[in-house]
Amino acid sequence: MNWLLGLPELVLAICALVILSAGVLQKKDEAFLPCAMLSIGAFVVTGFLVVGAPDGIAYNGLFVVDAFSRFIKLLAIIGGAAAIALSIGYSDGQRKLPFEMPVLVLFSTLGTMVMASSVNLMTLFVGLELSSLSIYILCAIERDRLGAAEAGLKYFILGSLASGLLLYGMSLVYGYAGTMEYAPIAAEINGTGIVPLGLVIGTVFIIVGLAFKLSAVPFHMWTPDVYQGAPTPVTAYMAGAPKFAAFALILRVMSGPFGAMSPRWQMLIEVIAALSMLFGSFAAIPQHNIKRLMAYSSIGHMGYAMMGLAAASPAGTTGTLVYLAAYLVMNAGTFGVIAAMRRRGHEVTEISDLAGLGRNNPGLALILAICMFSMIGAPPLAGFFGKFMVFAAAWHAGLYPLVAVGAVSAVVGAFYYLRLVKVAYFDAPAVPFDRPAPSVSFVSIAMGLATVLFLIGLGPISAAAQAAARALIG
Amino acid sequence: MNSAIAQIGLGPFLTVSAALLVLGVFGIFLNRKNIIIIMMSMELILLSANLNFVAFSGALGDLSGQVMVLFTLTIAAAEAAIGLAILTVYFRNRGSIQVEDVATMKG
Repeated sequence: MNWLLGLPELVLAICALVILSAGVLQKKDEAFLPCAMLSIGAFVVTGFLVVGAPDGIAYNGLFVVDAFSRFIKLLAIIGGAAAIALSIGYSDGQRKLPFEMPVLVLFSTLGTMVMASSVNLMTLFVGLELSSLSIYILCAIERDRLGAAEAGLKYFILGSLASGLLLYGMSLVYGYAGTMEYAPIAAEINGTGIVPLGLVIGTVFIIVGLAFKLSAVPFHMWTPDVYQGAPTPVTAYMAGAPKFAAFALILRVMSGPFGAMSPRWQMLIEVIAALSMLFGSFAAIPQHNIKRLMAYSSIGHMGYAMMGLAAASPAGTTGTLVYLAAYLVMNAGTFGVIAAMRRRGHEVTEISDLAGLGRNNPGLALILAICMFSMIGAPPLAGFFGKFMVFAAAWHAGLYPLVAVGAVSAVVGAFYYLRLVKVAYFDAPAVPFDRPAPSVSFVSIAMGLATVLFLIGLGPISAAAQAAARALIG
Repeated sequence: MNSAIAQIGLGPFLTVSAALLVLGVFGIFLNRKNIIIIMMSMELILLSANLNFVAFSGALGDLSGQVMVLFTLTIAAAEAAIGLAILTVYFRNRGSIQVEDVATMKG
């Protein structure tokens, strides 16, 4: 057995426990900043270890390291580090966050990484729960604010319902395939020719459970409330890492063990993708809270990313992975701008508060505009390449209706993204925002630059995504 | 376990667990009163899956299903603890745990 394969996860777990102990021993008010700094350091170390880890299967066939898991893990680590950096700026003002916040982000990212490496339903479930349970707490971490407590409660109830359904589906798959490992499940499905009904039902339950975590329509109802109520850095985190993890699972499970029965689930994924894209575009139009708007936007983006999965081809998987990478940078950039929206230490989240940002703070307004154009999919920004690749893959797979729905909802979505830009540049200026904290400026500038310069990194990113897709589909 | 399943077959086990699942799901969606009841329904769903795992494990003669149940029980305990903690925090802020009161955000 090769212990080295799990080294990044082991190091991250030990770092999280050490930081937690160090935080407990510190004085109460001063613990947040050192813990957050140490957590970012732990992420950096883990990131290097992830890049350096060798390929292979370890721990009795429970854990795999390949190009695909590496890709997802790096995305999750970048998302987690950006969220912690935003939380440093957030905790500066009137509201203080407890030092457990960065530690919980570490644990949640650890769960994400375990999910990305799963080759067994057991690893999948344990990783998923580690990631979800940490996020339930993160949502409600501002204990004396009603909105945060309500967000935590709602996410907890719907999230654990989803885990329950997923577990039930896994039990059916286990029973009818006779094993929990992915490769033997695939062999079982390939070998029999006729797929037992129990296996089909189990697969549907698994898709439903994962779609809940992805906040894809029709399992999206928790998203707007939770995004609005949770503290902004936590929302920024939730919009990133857990989505990548759920996508990692859905890609791995659907193209691995259930790849042979793709005609049976393809239709389901197509419907979910189409509904998510349409709902994400139309329901966002009447919103006036920017965090809520971002929730609908993330529902829509998950729909686009699912289009690649619906294609059920290596090109589709590559497209989905590139889309996720583009979504990571533009989403973190947008949340950097949202985190900078404060007046006299108090957070403001209405869209009308952005009025006159172009005159008051041109840099911030430029980053907002870049991220919004990227979300629309305007070339040559990050979002364009992701959209282009999933649309092309769906077209080649012959999913013309899905492509048409995607095009319509992209046009409708452009309306509300452009509205933010219009408010920021052309509305009568409101009271200017406070000077953003250095960490918030850093995240928004870095992610804004990454969105603009995505073209330069496109070669390596799509090469990595192609390698990942090959590792998955073979 | 093995002999019991051999005597009465897998069917009754699957039926009971499916009934538990349906009860749990309906308990969450039809219940309009108390959040504690929702949490009880969630435990029912997890336990129905556990029953499935144990029954299949017995029928297949494969131990991994029972190992999975041990993991699931641990996770369910952690989940219940976190849920109750969040509920306590919510009650302190809102002064109520009625389902209809959990709606300060709309849109």
